[in-house]
Amino acid sequence: MSVYILCFILFCIGLYAVLRKRNIIKIVIGLGIIEYAVNLFFVLVGYRTHGRAPILAKDQVILNMVDPIPQALVLTSIVIGLAVTALIVAIAIRLFEKYGTFDITKIRRLKG
Amino acid sequence: MLPIFVIIPLGAAFLISLLGKKIKILSDLLANLGTLGLLIFSLYSVPVALAHKILVYKIGGWMPPIGICMVLDGLTSFMLVTVNLVSFLVTVYSINYMEKYTDKYRFYTLFMLMLAGMNGIIVTGDLFNLFVFLEIASIASYALVAFGTEAEELEASFKYAVMGSVASSFILLGIALLYSYTSTLNMADIAFVLSSKPNSAIIAFITVLFLAGFALKAALVPFHAWLADAHPSAPASISAMLSGVLIKVLGVYALIRIFFSLIGINNTILSILMFLGGLSMLAAVILALAQWDFKRLLAYHSISQIGYVILGIGLGTPLGILGGLFHLFNHSIFKSLLFLNSGAVVYSLGTRDLQKMGGLREKMPVTGNTSLVASMSIAGIPPFNGFFSKFIIILACIQAGRFGYAFCAVIGSILTLASFMKVQKYAFFGKLNQNLQHIKEVPWAMRLSMIALAVICVVSGLLIVPKFSPFLQSAVDILLLGNGYKDLVFGALK
Repeated sequence: MSVYILCFILFCIGLYAVLRKRNIIKIVIGLGIIEYAVNLFFVLVGYRTHGRAPILAKDQVILNMVDPIPQALVLTSIVIGLAVTALIVAIAIRLFEKYGTFDITKIRRLKG
Repeated sequence: MLPIFVIIPLGAAFLISLLGKKIKILSDLLANLGTLGLLIFSLYSVPVALAHKILVYKIGGWMPPIGICMVLDGLTSFMLVTVNLVSFLVTVYSINYMEKYTDKYRFYTLFMLMLAGMNGIIVTGDLFNLFVFLEIASIASYALVAFGTEAEELEASFKYAVMGSVASSFILLGIALLYSYTSTLNMADIAFVLSSKPNSAIIAFITVLFLAGFALKAALVPFHAWLADAHPSAPASISAMLSGVLIKVLGVYALIRIFFSLIGINNTILSILMFLGGLSMLAAVILALAQWDFKRLLAYHSISQIGYVILGIGLGTPLGILGGLFHLFNHSIFKSLLFLNSGAVVYSLGTRDLQKMGGLREKMPVTGNTSLVASMSIAGIPPFNGFFSKFIIILACIQAGRFGYAFCAVIGSILTLASFMKVQKYAFFGKLNQNLQHIKEVPWAMRLSMIALAVICVVSGLLIVPKFSPFLQSAVDILLLGNGYKDLVFGALK
């Protein structure tokens, strides 16, 4: 149980970084932490204590195996996370070129 | 037939990115042919869905609880027609409009990826598959909002990307919890497992996660802050896609599909939806009244009109759902028309400030008249489509005994009318500004798609007459079935 709570705390740390930090790079890192927390949770969902990979061999009987589906899903989700992070970092670099600052409170030309 | 809706845009995106740089004309041609093909297939899917009730396609021949399936039912074909109709007219418009940007082929590549994501969300019958398509559409739209790479556009795109990724994380967490509770990802199977288990606290937690995630994507009022920046900053044809269909598919469609067909609707969820709908309807229209930026004003109206859709669906009665879905279709038509009008004004004048316009009707008759049609539709003036759907929603509120919400809907409609009278007065009527004497009407492709949308605005009021109503009614039936969706899918598999 304590693993799940730690995982949830990690999620909250990420959310805190996104909501409270002023530096855009720190916000991007916060997004990364949220993503990792969710991925970790997904893997934990499929984990069994002392379980092993469900590979069927001829003369073996596996009694206790981990659920392979969450692992496959997490791989997909990591790739998606990579795409999002790459895009946001690219936008952050262009923002720095335009505004000359990473401070989110100084980047506010849009309002109303 | 079903995988075609994903294959065509994905293939077109691949070919355009590969060949578009060398052969300039090819990107226009491929994008338009692709969306035209999608429109034809989606129109063809309507009679098929009516005849068969439901069609299930098994990807790779694997049986659904294990493999991934695609589902075509009434709601699916209704959403497919809405999305592909708007996207075809928007690509026609983009032939001329996107000339002022460099790298047109990159625009078409991203556009087709976004379309692939949206069509995928609509046809898929698997929960994680829905998440993947949702991310494809979202990432393409983050990039498209930043397409101009000016300071404001980058700022808006950054905000949108951060909010969108947080929303996606909520949705993924919800999917993880749902998987751990039901140990399946197939939508029909989830509904089957959930109906045999007793109601527990974890379902409430999953509901909250999905509600927060999809409401962020749909920009309902407490979650709306990104939309008013992101939608005006994109190129006009993309604003039309984002406001017209993206927030509906990513937000409203996914929300109602999960709540009605999977988790099963109950009165608490319905009253939350109604409250969010009513709140967005009023708050956003009041914010819109104070705007002087043409596109920003339209963006606030998008939030307000999505409020109507959610209010109608949240009523949960057959008439309310009918009104909500009908308004969803109508809004995608007239809001994309209004955004294309604003794009035409920007194309000719180079400004979005309403105070710098005036008397544009003389110089740009097509833009002026089509925007008049769209404004009257959105404000709910009788012969146009917006009147019928708003009237049905208000009627449904009264029928369900929700007089407060009916009153809010009427007030919202009056305020909408007021703010569009302001647009018409400052932009299109009145005296022509001295320094605007040289402006010209926009090129033919832009005119063509605006006229087509205006015609649809007038005729789509006919969708409620008995001859055409099965189109809407079959979508409403799927939602009214609620948990019966699983029996339909499993019935089709046998």
